Amino acid sequence: MHSLTDPKKATIGILGAGKVGTVLARLAIAAGYPVLIASSRPPAAIELTIDVLAHGAGATTASDAAGRADIVILALPLGKAVPLDGVETLPVDQLRGKIVIDAMNYWWEVDGVRPDLTGDDVTTSELVAAALPGSRLVKAFNHMGYHDLDEGARPTGDPDRKAIALSGDDVAANDVVADLIDSLGFDAVDLGLLVEGAVLQPGRELFGANLGAAEIRDVVEQAAA
Amino acid sequence: MADIEFGLDTFGDIPQTDTGELASHAQAIRHVVAEAVLADQLGIEVFAVGEHHRPEYAISSPETVLAGIATQTERIRLSSGVTVLSSDDPVRVFQRFATVDALSNGRAEVILGRGSFTESFPLFGYDMNDYDTLFEEKIELFSRLLTERPVSWSGTTRAALHDADVFPKTESGHLSTWVGVGGSPQSVVRTAQYGFPLMLAIIGGSPERFAPYADLYRRAAEQFGTTAHPIGMHSPGFIARTDDEAKEIFFPHYKVMRDRIGALRGWPPVTRAEFENEVAHGSMYVGSPETVARRMASAIATLGAGRFDLIYSAGTTPMSDRMRAVELYGTEVVPLVRDILA
Repeated sequence: MHSLTDPKKATIGILGAGKVGTVLARLAIAAGYPVLIASSRPPAAIELTIDVLAHGAGATTASDAAGRADIVILALPLGKAVPLDGVETLPVDQLRGKIVIDAMNYWWEVDGVRPDLTGDDVTTSELVAAALPGSRLVKAFNHMGYHDLDEGARPTGDPDRKAIALSGDDVAANDVVADLIDSLGFDAVDLGLLVEGAVLQPGRELFGANLGAAEIRDVVEQAAA
Repeated sequence: MADIEFGLDTFGDIPQTDTGELASHAQAIRHVVAEAVLADQLGIEVFAVGEHHRPEYAISSPETVLAGIATQTERIRLSSGVTVLSSDDPVRVFQRFATVDALSNGRAEVILGRGSFTESFPLFGYDMNDYDTLFEEKIELFSRLLTERPVSWSGTTRAALHDADVFPKTESGHLSTWVGVGGSPQSVVRTAQYGFPLMLAIIGGSPERFAPYADLYRRAAEQFGTTAHPIGMHSPGFIARTDDEAKEIFFPHYKVMRDRIGALRGWPPVTRAEFENEVAHGSMYVGSPETVARRMASAIATLGAGRFDLIYSAGTTPMSDRMRAVELYGTEVVPLVRDILA
C-alpha cells in the first residue's frame, strides 16, 4: 500500500500551475517523484513556466495528468473545481478510484462572492468529494501559505520541521498522503475524517499555520475544547 | 549594478496625527503630498501611490494625487502602484496619466495591475467572474493606446473603438508603463509577452524565492522576442534610528492593518514572533538605516533588480514617524545601498 509514496513508483499529478501548484511540483521533484502538471490552458502555454519554476515536471492536460498519475493534487481555484453552474470541470472519470489531495481554499479574490463555499457549516473538501464520486479524497497542504511551503521542507527528525495537517474519510488513503507529506519534507498530522478538516479552512484556527506537529495538535485540542 | 533606482510607495494609509487621533482621508492625502515633496528634495527617484477602495486607505484615484504632487516637485518620477486596470477604462487611464505627464514635464509612469483587492469590481460594475478576461483585454488595448496613434479595437469588456485618437499626447511619445505582479506565473509571462517592465510585489517570505520569477520573465521575453527590462521589486518596511525603535514604532500600527486585512482572508492575527521572523528573514525591511540598507542590497543583488520601491506607510504609523522614515530612506538608506552594491 505504501508503495504509492515510493518515489520510484508513484507519479504525482498536479492540477493547477499557479503559485501553489508550482511550489508543490518543486517539492515533489526534489523528493524524487515523477510529476505531471496541468492548468486550464493548453500544455504549450505553461511549458516555459514549468521549465523555469518546476524544472523536470511534465506539462500536460488535466485529463492526461489525472489518468497517468497515482496521486493527484488539486491546486486550482476552488471556485473552478466546484463551479456555481455545476458544470463538470475536473476529469472525474480519470480521478475515479485514485487518491486525490484537495489543497484548495475559498479565496474571495479569485473565487468571488460564493456563499455556498463560505458558510460556517461548510467544509469545502466535502463539496469537492461530492464532485468526485469514487475518488479517495484527502484534504492536505491547504493551511500553510505557499511561501512557507516553499521554504519549509526539512529532513525527518529536524527540530525545526513544520507539519502539514490532513483529513479524509479513507484511512488507507490518509496513510498514503501522510507518507507523501513526510517524503516532501514535513511531518504529517492526521486529523481524522474529512469534516475535521474544517479547522484548516480560512477563518479557522489552523489557517495559515506554519507550525510543528506538536503545536498543531495543541491548536486542534484547544479548538475542540 | 550602476543604475539601480530607488522609490517610495504608499497606498495613502490613514496615519495617526501627532495628537494620536486618526487622520481624515483628506489629511492623509495632503500628508502623502508632503512626503512626496520631501522625497523629491532628497533625490529619491520615484514616488508611487497605489489605488484602493477601502476605508483604511485614502488613495482611490492615484493620478489625482500625482497631479497634486507634480506641480510641487521637480525631479521625482510619479507613478501609480498599482492602477487596477481590470476595473478601469484603458482609454481614461491613458488620458489621465498623459495629463500627469504634461503637468510633471514627462515624469508620469503607470504600473498596471489586477490589484490584490476586489472592492473596485462591484463599485464600478464589473463581475469577478470576468477577472481574467478583463485584464487580458484591457492590457492589450492599453498596449495599443501607448503607440499614441489612432486605435481600432473590439472586445467584450468595453465599447469597440474605430480609428479612435486619444488625447493628450505625451511630449516624449512614450508613457512609461510597468506591470505589477504578485506571484502569478501567468502574469509574469504575460508581462514579458507585451514587453513591459515587471514590478514584483514581494510582501511575504524570502525575496530569494522570487529569483525564479525574474528568470521566467527574462526567458519568456526571449521566447516572445520582446525586451526584458530590469526588474523592479516593491516590499514593505519602516526606518527609524535603531532596529529596536523601528520595530517598536512600526509593529502595533502594522498589526492593526495586517489583522484587519487578514480577517478578510481568514488568517489569524499576526504575532510578534511572526513579525520578527519576517523582519529577520522575510520581505519586511524594518530597522535602522544600516539594517534596512543591508537587507535591501542583498535582495536587490539576489534578484538582479534594477529598482526597489519601499512601501513605507503601513497601517496607522504616525505622520511624523513616517516623515522621518522618508527622510532616513533618502539621506541614509539609499546612499548606503548604493555603496554596498558598488
